[in-house]
Amino acid sequence: MPKVIAPRDPKEWSLFTAGHTACAGCGQSLGARLVLNAAGPRTILVNATGCLEVFTTRFPSSAWRVPWLHSLFENASAVGSGVEAALKALGKADDVNVIVQGGDGGTADIGFGSLSGMFERGHNILYVCYDNEAYMNTGIQRSGLTPFAASTTTSPVGSEVLGNTTGKKDLPAIAVAHGVPYVATTTVAYPKDLEKKVKKALSIKGPKYIQILVPCPLGWGHDTALTIRLARLAVQSGIFPVIEVENGKLTSVMRIARKVPVDEYLKPQARFRHLFTPAGREELARVQALADANIERFGLLGARAG
Amino acid sequence: MARTLEKTQVMEGSRAIAASVQRCRPQVIAAYPITPQTHIVEHLAQAVANGELKAEYVKVESEHSAMSAVLGAEATGVRAYTASSSQGVLLMHEVLYNVAALRLPVVMTVANRAISQPINIWNDHQDAMSARDTGFIQIFAEDNQEACDLQYQAYKIAEHKDVLLPVMVCVDGYVLTHSYEPVSLLDQDLADQFLPPYEPSWALDVDRPVTYGVMLGPGEYLEHKYVLQQAQKRALGVIEDVAREFGTLTGRTHGGLVEEYRLDDADVALVGLGSLVSALREAADQLREQGIKAGVLKIRTFRPFPAEKIAAALGGVKRVVVIDKGYSLGSGGILGMEITAALAAAGVPALVDRFVGGLGGRPIPASTVVRAVVAPELPRSQDGFLDLKPEYLGEGD
Repeated sequence: MPKVIAPRDPKEWSLFTAGHTACAGCGQSLGARLVLNAAGPRTILVNATGCLEVFTTRFPSSAWRVPWLHSLFENASAVGSGVEAALKALGKADDVNVIVQGGDGGTADIGFGSLSGMFERGHNILYVCYDNEAYMNTGIQRSGLTPFAASTTTSPVGSEVLGNTTGKKDLPAIAVAHGVPYVATTTVAYPKDLEKKVKKALSIKGPKYIQILVPCPLGWGHDTALTIRLARLAVQSGIFPVIEVENGKLTSVMRIARKVPVDEYLKPQARFRHLFTPAGREELARVQALADANIERFGLLGARAG
Repeated sequence: MARTLEKTQVMEGSRAIAASVQRCRPQVIAAYPITPQTHIVEHLAQAVANGELKAEYVKVESEHSAMSAVLGAEATGVRAYTASSSQGVLLMHEVLYNVAALRLPVVMTVANRAISQPINIWNDHQDAMSARDTGFIQIFAEDNQEACDLQYQAYKIAEHKDVLLPVMVCVDGYVLTHSYEPVSLLDQDLADQFLPPYEPSWALDVDRPVTYGVMLGPGEYLEHKYVLQQAQKRALGVIEDVAREFGTLTGRTHGGLVEEYRLDDADVALVGLGSLVSALREAADQLREQGIKAGVLKIRTFRPFPAEKIAAALGGVKRVVVIDKGYSLGSGGILGMEITAALAAAGVPALVDRFVGGLGGRPIPASTVVRAVVAPELPRSQDGFLDLKPEYLGEGD
């Protein structure tokens, strides 16, 4: 008889625990767990409306073992600003982390104004964007972070248009332009990198921005077993560069040992299916060109510098 | 008692309100300066800059964020304040519902102004009326002394354990906010005596992690709204108690839910909100000189709507003349509709004339009110609109 090892109760080790209803293979729930456990128990979370908010707090359940507040879709950064200001007024600001988190739509589109205000005013807040590249909670609509050529319900494939016609808004660069002292990207395929970046961010005073690529089996149309694999291929193909920018300077990039053609990343995803038809040949080449441009821009290939 | 009131001084409304807010010791202030704002938040910024007020002042990028930031601040357990007006109140609209539903005792002063288009920065009540269903308590000031006194009372009402709802202190834009009137402020000791430090009923706390702002389904949402309605109803009594307590402490009363003027023997009751009530008082005096027994019912508290109080006060009159500065297009004057409903529900047989005037800052002098009472036929035939200028109306209007 093989020995049965009972899984440890997450309550014993995780601040993000049972009581949520995320889909199988959800990248965002994994990302949120990694972020929170890296941040630790002395953390206040402010959550924008979205998948993460909905699947973690369906009354009477909650997956959160830290104080957590949700107000609206577009105001999480402003609510967080108020939380941080109140902590200052109470003399507790040095003792507690404030993390504001939202999806790509809540961050790059509807919540963009309040995010910019939070950055510009210099609040001591870490903003985490869980980027699954579309409005998944409401039925896979295109957001400002939906990649080029991806099919969504509002950027569908038709005889005249092959999916999303624009590329991802460059939010990390926008954060850097605000003078945000710590800006980083990562994916759920690299938990150690993710944890390291969250801890580093929280050690720095002022606004911080981390964008985490979180595959969504439902929205991307991939097998639930492929979440981690796709989050890795996005990096290895150059499609999603993993970087760190400190005080305006690029201080680290995750290097690509062996460049993977974008096909390997795109093919398992139904949202890119049309790229592998004769009509999609040109778009596919453009996606490869975007990945190559990232590799060039951030120097992702080759030996580690220094 | 009078020793603890500061010497009466002539001050601009905004400045006097800011000085009163300062004495309430808000710990976080968030405000956006435009769309449009008043001097209130500028004076508070100066007080913080001078070290006279110990508060975090968050200079947000919109009114939506102003209300969101005070939401976050109150949720963290501090007393928070903002002020707004007109488009700003509309922009923060969805956040107003959130603040009320989260039971956060925010106080906001609204300098009541018209809504665009056409752009118009002058006084009416359309902004406050747009927020009547949000769960905010809404109290209207008649003059600047009342506007000042309401700031302290608003926090006391909002933070009362039986209420825990945000309060909107409605002050007529320009008419009050930019007018110089004699006011007497509370000195800090008296203010502190009336309004002790804020003790939150809940707050985000790492030592007591709780989830706030959850999703409720069809199985629970209805009950949540019922509970909010009960808090609104309990506020009816608390508003009166707080007004009474303030009166005992300072010698100043402005009414609680409503205030009556020469109503005891009146045949005609003039009804309105805010600074208009002063014109109504003047009109009532003039009407009495003409032999018409007129009185005034000032509606001080609009939310919760004191329907029973109003029905009791108007039970003896033959005719009620409501003048609205807020209008529901496609229906009618908003206060007028609610008064009509309240009287009908209580079986009060009075005839109700519902007029609207003052939109976009058009003055409503006592003479207009008197005319509406003695010659109501024309405005009645024009959907209740007072003093319409035919030269600006099209052929089909």
